[in-house]
Amino acid sequence: MDFANTFMQLLLTMDMTVRLSVTLILACLAGLFSERAGIFDIGLEGKMLIAAFLSAVVAYQTGNAWWGVLAGIGGSMALSVIHGLTSITFRGNQLISGVALNFLASGLTVVVGNAWFKQGGRTPTLSGNARFHEITLPFADAVQNVPVIGQFYAQVVSGHKPIVYIAFAVVPLTWWILYRTRFGLRLRAVGENPAAVDTAGVSVTRMRYGAVMIAGVLCGVAGAYLATSQAAGFGREMTAGRGYIALAALIFAKWRPFYALGATLLFGLLEAISNLYPNINVFGIIDIPVQFTQALPYILTVVILAGFVGKAVPPKAGGEPYVKER
Amino acid sequence: MTGDKQQGRQETAAPAIELRGISKAFGPVQANRNISLRVARGTIHGIVGENGAGKSTLMSILFGFYKADAGEILIDGQPTPIPDSQAAIAAGIGMVFQHFKLVENFTVLENIILGAEGGGLLRPSLARARETLVELAREYELEVDPDAVIEDLSVGHQQRVEILKALYRSADILILDEPTGVLTPSEADHLFRILRNLRNQGKTIILITHKLREIMDVTDTVSVMRKGEMTATIATSDTSPTHLAELMVGRKVLLRVDKKPARPGETVLEVEDLRLRDENGVERIKGISFSLRAGEILGVAGVAGNGQSELLDVLGGISPAQGRIRLKGRDIPLSGRRANGLARRKQGIAHVPEDRQRLGLIMDFMAWENTCFGYHDDPRYNRGALMMDNGAILRDCAGKMERFDIRPPNPRLPAQNFSGGNQQKIVLAREIERNPEVLLVGQPTRGVDIGAIEFIHQRIVELRDSGKAILLVSVELEEILSLSDRVVVMFDGRIMGERITAETDERELGLLMAGVSGEAA
Amino acid sequence: MDKMPRWADVFLVPFINLILAFVASGLVVLAIGENPFRAIWIMISGALGSTSGIGYTLYYATNYMFTGLAVAFAFHARLFNIGGEGQATIAGVGAALVLLAFDWPYWWLALPFAIIGAAAFGGAWAFIPAYLQAKRGSHVVITTIMFNFIGAALMGYLLNGIMKNPDTQNAETVAFPAGTHLPTMHEMLAPLGISFSRSAPVNVSFFLALGAAWLVWFVLWRTRLGYQIRAFGHSETAARYAGIDAVRITIIAMVISGALAGLLAINVVMGEQGRLIKEFVEGAGFVGIAVALMGRSHPFGIVLASLLFGMLTQGGFELMWDMPTVSREMVLVIQALIILFTGALDNMVRDPVERLFLKLRKGKS
Repeated sequence: MDFANTFMQLLLTMDMTVRLSVTLILACLAGLFSERAGIFDIGLEGKMLIAAFLSAVVAYQTGNAWWGVLAGIGGSMALSVIHGLTSITFRGNQLISGVALNFLASGLTVVVGNAWFKQGGRTPTLSGNARFHEITLPFADAVQNVPVIGQFYAQVVSGHKPIVYIAFAVVPLTWWILYRTRFGLRLRAVGENPAAVDTAGVSVTRMRYGAVMIAGVLCGVAGAYLATSQAAGFGREMTAGRGYIALAALIFAKWRPFYALGATLLFGLLEAISNLYPNINVFGIIDIPVQFTQALPYILTVVILAGFVGKAVPPKAGGEPYVKER
Repeated sequence: MTGDKQQGRQETAAPAIELRGISKAFGPVQANRNISLRVARGTIHGIVGENGAGKSTLMSILFGFYKADAGEILIDGQPTPIPDSQAAIAAGIGMVFQHFKLVENFTVLENIILGAEGGGLLRPSLARARETLVELAREYELEVDPDAVIEDLSVGHQQRVEILKALYRSADILILDEPTGVLTPSEADHLFRILRNLRNQGKTIILITHKLREIMDVTDTVSVMRKGEMTATIATSDTSPTHLAELMVGRKVLLRVDKKPARPGETVLEVEDLRLRDENGVERIKGISFSLRAGEILGVAGVAGNGQSELLDVLGGISPAQGRIRLKGRDIPLSGRRANGLARRKQGIAHVPEDRQRLGLIMDFMAWENTCFGYHDDPRYNRGALMMDNGAILRDCAGKMERFDIRPPNPRLPAQNFSGGNQQKIVLAREIERNPEVLLVGQPTRGVDIGAIEFIHQRIVELRDSGKAILLVSVELEEILSLSDRVVVMFDGRIMGERITAETDERELGLLMAGVSGEAA
Repeated sequence: MDKMPRWADVFLVPFINLILAFVASGLVVLAIGENPFRAIWIMISGALGSTSGIGYTLYYATNYMFTGLAVAFAFHARLFNIGGEGQATIAGVGAALVLLAFDWPYWWLALPFAIIGAAAFGGAWAFIPAYLQAKRGSHVVITTIMFNFIGAALMGYLLNGIMKNPDTQNAETVAFPAGTHLPTMHEMLAPLGISFSRSAPVNVSFFLALGAAWLVWFVLWRTRLGYQIRAFGHSETAARYAGIDAVRITIIAMVISGALAGLLAINVVMGEQGRLIKEFVEGAGFVGIAVALMGRSHPFGIVLASLLFGMLTQGGFELMWDMPTVSREMVLVIQALIILFTGALDNMVRDPVERLFLKLRKGKS
């Protein structure tokens, strides 16, 4: 295999990694906001699913993908409201609430979808402006023949759909909000010691609802990306466990924004590899089965959790409803 | 501007804080009943009372943590509703809680601005806070490194951060809830210096405590609370510790226990060079040695947090440690799988823990399930290798309830439904009736009503008289003096000194507790 | 002092929760333009109206008993085992290995070994998360979720590789020997002269599940192990005081929980499919959470809740036939709402009920 060919393969893999990482990045940051505020959210999956469904429906009806995104955000936030009610207002078990919301989303999307479109839970295929299209960044055409850098720019950086760029922009934005703003300070504090926030005269409830709502918005965009960018419409269970991978990435990233970008790109890369090269042969000796590549994000997360490679310490007040002490 | 404000306030003679008829109930429990109080500006006012007297609830109401069911709060003579902490802060009230409300992985500066950032962006807020902090530190002897992370600071420094937090929010009224419980005597002295400083600058301070000595030391006026009511408010100079104690308890305190002189026998327990590090690597017990003889009660006195709790945990098999313990000449493992509560009990060491709700009992378990707790693999409670003999345990429990006068005598009632005294009796019955060689007792009468206190003390003395060895840990000096035959005083993880109870007094022990060694005293 | 009487805690609150969940489900049915009362009627008659319906209901209930008991058992040690799905999946491999190992002549001979195989594999899949929690402090909730996915991947690998039946395109094993066929309810009742649907898959595993429920009760409330598990679950600090070994209890409770979830494979893989297929658990691991919540983690409650969820599942299938606009995923919606109302929103009902009883009591005294 000559170098040029290998390089093109590499670019192709990177391009695909970027596209497959988008949902993971957004969902992972959603989880980050929520968990940094002390609310566990294993309902990322369900929120993305309902967002994917509603965005497909509205994009199809209006013929405009952006309306689809808004609808997706709305649907995802509706689940966030429920999660907020259960885990903040009624001090319920956040894990159980998340499980219930995942169930609810996978049931509702199919039941309603089937009742509306009678296509076994799928929505009609999106076309035209109901879908997002690739954006070619300035000079991409001009530099596409410049070796390495030009090719990288044209192939990997340019030529993605709008949400891809949004997702990558949200990473530094999240960092900035978390570490440079008053809101971020309070958010981090409320996940570590809500009593400190409460006695400082800031409403724990409001902070936590805020965080959960932001998670809703980000999951909404993530879901909309699946239905209006990655695919052309909604298919049942189309999130396919990405919410859980995002959760794994969040642990892998130790709840930090730029680490989260790294973790999701890594997991996106693993998915890209399993798509592009289902059976990898290492040094002509061992065949690595595709299932192994698929399971690798989870295995890596367990290894991290076990503390064999750098301990992941979650926010201290995570998962505990805040009750004022007597 | 602040100066004008201050002057304006001083002209009006209105008290800094006035409470009128405050009442608060939690479900069926009346925590505060029709409480009225006036605290003058620029004074230190103490509030004393037993645990559960309602002090903390009252202050939580003042800080907007709870809403009073009835009553009115006046700040500087103005009726000021305080629905939440924000309103309290706005009214110039700052509170230092018993358990600090700090974000442990934040820096001092971040903790201080939290909730009082004064802008959406952090950098200018932090810069502003840094300047103010330097001023405050100079003014009130409140030096702390602004960039230190809280979890790396000592308890005393963390408390200063809490005070700084309040001052940064320009609090004029400072409430401190049991501030010295976790401090070493020298840290406490420093705190009192700070408080006097603050008072001299015109701040009003409310000090909640159950330590009468502190009240006498530092306050100008004092109020006494009992069972949710405010029973008296007096000038500190007009009262004495005994008088306050009477007011707190409601009748003359007679903590004298009827007991014959001890007749100590052979040495049962020998402790040599015991050391313990906690999970943060801090040495909590710094090489202590003592021995315990049959038929005596050895009291361990000290300010809370000087290693006594850890000592109980080590002897009871809860925490692993280094050193050597011998029971009747036999070595007892201090770490590893063989060092646990179950094994200790089999060797003859029973343990009435300091915190019965967290350690001694399973609050959701019924009484009968609790009376075999820790002895659950004893053959008399078991049938065969795997099964428990529930009938036998129930009968055993009924017997214990009768012998220890536990009320209500219903073995099927969950532990949480018993009063503090009766809960303690369940633990005591379980541990004493095993007739152990050594009984470890921690704070046996904390949160226990007077009637039960006498009963519990009697039972401990009876066990002594039957020739058993007892190690009594208590922060109540009176209890140590009235119950034990010999006293060791712990300070900062070490034993400061040992005295025969009959030959010492509260003053001498107090000095030892403060870390002043016997030779110097 | 109790806030409310025990009957209110055990029956009234869950009952109100359940009603709320059904009302919300009814609104969903209404929203897609169908009559919720008719839907309920179809579901009830579909689940109980024929021996075939009852047979299916009991078959699903059997699965839910196993997974519900699994969740509840771990819950008594305050461990949230969300990995029943993966444990049952891997248990299927264990059962299949046993059943394919010999040409078993009789089912009653094969059954005990299949149970051991399923329980051992299910337990082993729970052991790793348990060990990691006990020794390394990694949260069992997250690790068991991860193990669900790892289990699914492993299953996919095995069924496309060494365990695959070479004669088909599908990812499945060859059929088990005929001797491993478990008697169905039809076969068991026929000699007694009772006719029961031939097609219904309910089999002896149903009685195995009831036996497991009794055993769980016995272990938890009659043995020393159960005493220690419950003590540890109620108060970790007190357990430490009493010398109860936290590592040991955590691992034992999780392994037993995994083994219970694994028994689902007996009902489905051995009892119904007769071979190992890829996604035979079908979400029963998650339904187990709902069942354990509804049943208040008590085996008796779990048996009742399993029957309810079995009815829901079977009734949901009937709904699909009689009401084409309502797809079978409606069952998922109902299950989700039950989990939501009984599990996560419990305080929404509990707090007002508590206040009510407090008021009533005050009124009396």
